[in-house]
Amino acid sequence: MLRDYARTIFFERSREEHYMKKLLREFSKGIFIENPTFRLALGLCPTLAVSTSVVNGFGMGMAATFVLVGSNIIVSCVRKFIPSKIRIPCFIVIIATFVTIVELTMKAYFPLLSKSLGIFVPLIVVNCIVLGRAEAFASKHSVANSVFDGLGMGAGFTLALVVISAIREALGNGTFLGLTILKGFDPALLFILAPGALLVIGILIGAVNYFTEKQHGA
Amino acid sequence: MELNQLFVIAISVIFINNFILSKFLGLCPFIGVSKKTEPALYMGLAVTFVMTASSLITWAVYIFLLKPFHIEYLRTLSFILVIASFVQLIEMFIQKFSPALYRVFGIYLALITTNCAVFGVAVLNSEMFLKTADNPARALLFCVTQGFCAGVGFTLVLLFMSGIRERLELCDVPRPMKGMAIAFIVASLMSMAFMGFAGFRF
Repeated sequence: MLRDYARTIFFERSREEHYMKKLLREFSKGIFIENPTFRLALGLCPTLAVSTSVVNGFGMGMAATFVLVGSNIIVSCVRKFIPSKIRIPCFIVIIATFVTIVELTMKAYFPLLSKSLGIFVPLIVVNCIVLGRAEAFASKHSVANSVFDGLGMGAGFTLALVVISAIREALGNGTFLGLTILKGFDPALLFILAPGALLVIGILIGAVNYFTEKQHGA
Repeated sequence: MELNQLFVIAISVIFINNFILSKFLGLCPFIGVSKKTEPALYMGLAVTFVMTASSLITWAVYIFLLKPFHIEYLRTLSFILVIASFVQLIEMFIQKFSPALYRVFGIYLALITTNCAVFGVAVLNSEMFLKTADNPARALLFCVTQGFCAGVGFTLVLLFMSGIRERLELCDVPRPMKGMAIAFIVASLMSMAFMGFAGFRF
């Protein structure tokens, strides 16, 4: 009997460990293997538009992460009640609700950020990452898994935004988070403007392709 | 006077603040559907139509629903719902009445249900013209003009891009840069060219 008890505990624990590992995997896949920006090329419009400075990029990333996690939770909760024919409109309503929350909160507490992100805050609603995760993941998995998926995808998106905006801010303005990096460096304004964004993302996607190819070849 | 303003809106949306190249709206179809000229043209036409129509519809929603009841904060929710259901309706309508047209435009309509350019033009309209609208009829004129011209600008750039990419197929591009990466670099060069329009003064 004691042995049985010990065995149950052991199994429980290993199951728990397994469970935690699975959750961690859901989290980490969004950052590297399935990075929404570099690997899946989703949600590029806001990525390019708001990555003019690191602060903007980070703010946008956080806003999108909140929407992702929130909508993933709700979609996963109601996934068994929604008829599959009208699921997309339902997802859109859920997402739009969270976007409205973000919009109003940001306007109230971070008015400067809200002004510089402009129409791209309401535009999170049509960001393909959010709807894509709701459709591809949250509508098929449990709530806990969906939360970690949302967190991971949000982290991957934020990471990509910060990387791109750090490059653009450094080259186009000579600063990082508003602090001057190198004295005497003449910044190229082009990188803050629209063409710079397209150039940076083009080269970054090329670089990611190059390194994955190398890895697979070796 | 009014004609003058309409002209300024048209030139500004088509060239100076082009939706794709300077506002970064609608990049997904820009990269995804620009491999061949013919689909690019159909996509452009479909987007132009939906943009114009959704400018009209969102104007009505804003003026007759959101403003009288002071629920402007529901803009995001109501606009996306109205646009998405309108596109679905059009899709069903075309499918029923003109299967030939549906075969050409069907998949593009499905793709632009949640296109950020379409939703973006509605939000921009509401920020620029509807928030301060004292004359609804005038606002309607501006909204529809902006919607239509944004579509024209979108189509124009999509066509340019598809032309370039058709030629690009024959070029020897380094392997990691093939496909999307080189498309972005081409878009960057086009965007630089379009920046020349920024010097326009009226």
